[in-house]
Amino acid sequence: MWDVEFTRILIPALLSGLWVTLQATVFGYALALVLGLAIAIVRRVPVVGSAVFVVMEFVRTTPLLVQLVFIFSLSGLSQVSPLVIGIVVLGVHYSAYTAEVYRSGIEGVAKGQWEACRALSLPTYRVWGAVVLPQAIRKVIPALGNYLIAMFKDTPLLFAISVPEMLSVANGLGGQYFRFFEAFTLVGVAFLVVSVPSAVIIRRLERRYAAV
Amino acid sequence: MDFFVQRYPLYLEGAWVTIQLTLGGAALAFVLAMVVGTLGTLQNRFARAVATVYTEVFRGIAALVLLFWTTYSLPQLTGYELDPMFAAILALGLNLGAYGAEVVRASINAVPRAQVEATIALNMTWWRRMRLVVLPQAWAQMLPTFGNQVIELMKATAIVSIVGLTDLTKVAQDFRASAAADTFTVFFAALVLYFLIAQVLILLVRILERRANRRLGRVPEGGGLLALLRPPSIGTTTGGAR
Repeated sequence: MWDVEFTRILIPALLSGLWVTLQATVFGYALALVLGLAIAIVRRVPVVGSAVFVVMEFVRTTPLLVQLVFIFSLSGLSQVSPLVIGIVVLGVHYSAYTAEVYRSGIEGVAKGQWEACRALSLPTYRVWGAVVLPQAIRKVIPALGNYLIAMFKDTPLLFAISVPEMLSVANGLGGQYFRFFEAFTLVGVAFLVVSVPSAVIIRRLERRYAAV
Repeated sequence: MDFFVQRYPLYLEGAWVTIQLTLGGAALAFVLAMVVGTLGTLQNRFARAVATVYTEVFRGIAALVLLFWTTYSLPQLTGYELDPMFAAILALGLNLGAYGAEVVRASINAVPRAQVEATIALNMTWWRRMRLVVLPQAWAQMLPTFGNQVIELMKATAIVSIVGLTDLTKVAQDFRASAAADTFTVFFAALVLYFLIAQVLILLVRILERRANRRLGRVPEGGGLLALLRPPSIGTTTGGAR
């Protein structure tokens, strides 16, 4: 039933796919973390904040896959590699989520902290940098971690814009040898091998930070 | 705009497939989530192990990978080919059901301990306790998260375009391939339709939430249907924890 010979060919190829998957996840997530924080802060500005909110809502309620294909097609003949486009779209899509997480953290900072900053007439960058964000971010670390796993599990969508991640590799080899069963089963196993331990780590983080 | 006015029937057909997938996947996920989530709250070790394995496996594997597996691997394993629509609903439902089961388990466990103790004092059977006391309270707690998850499911249905089902995404891609209009228009039209479907789903879940809270005697302030359009302080927002 299970083709061992084919498995030997599959595994090294899938590992190279996993490498691409990890690159997309790490860079996409870094972008989502930075951009999300910027959005969360800008949302507190009147008018501009509401406009940002509407755009964010739109990005968040429409499928990532369509966004990927959309931007990929628009970029058309430009020389940007599909992986870079994938990273940018993943990052922007998830920044709509991380922004909400940051916002909940910022709103959770006690009012007295803001008042104390004002009483000390701290400059804005110190208010955010030294008082609000250190408290806000600490509380939302587990929630942010969940989105890292979620993003990792969304990387197979990059298949649609021809990025050679795991699923594309499995699909290519599966078609070549006409053995889709082993190919896709192994991809599933690879996902479990990465995401189950990371879920355990997030649970530890939750116990450590969220209880504060 | 002219393009959309001429071609909207095809978009609507695609949107209908998307809606069917969303409802079908949500129905399967709901049943799975309720059964597996309840198993996770039992004393029985075996029942809890089944629940944990199901949630970890189907939450851990990406939806698209599951979809490829039910569409291409399963036929090779069993020798039977599934109807593509059914294979898609199966993959989406199994995936979302795993997220939902966690919500059900957590909500049932969040019902105050004294409520359960009262049912034991009244000598209620397990079945009556769940139906009359625990589930109505847990239900109100689950709904906001279920709402977020249904939006996630609706977005996830776009992946079926990769295995050849003609949903909203596929319609847009086909228009682009045939150069019926410029890239921006074909995809933007699809995105707007997705956005509208999401808004309708959010509204429906808010109505359900109000009903669930009213049954528990928690009447929401500032009545009237218009209140539904305002986002509640705690409750359904799009996205949210996965």
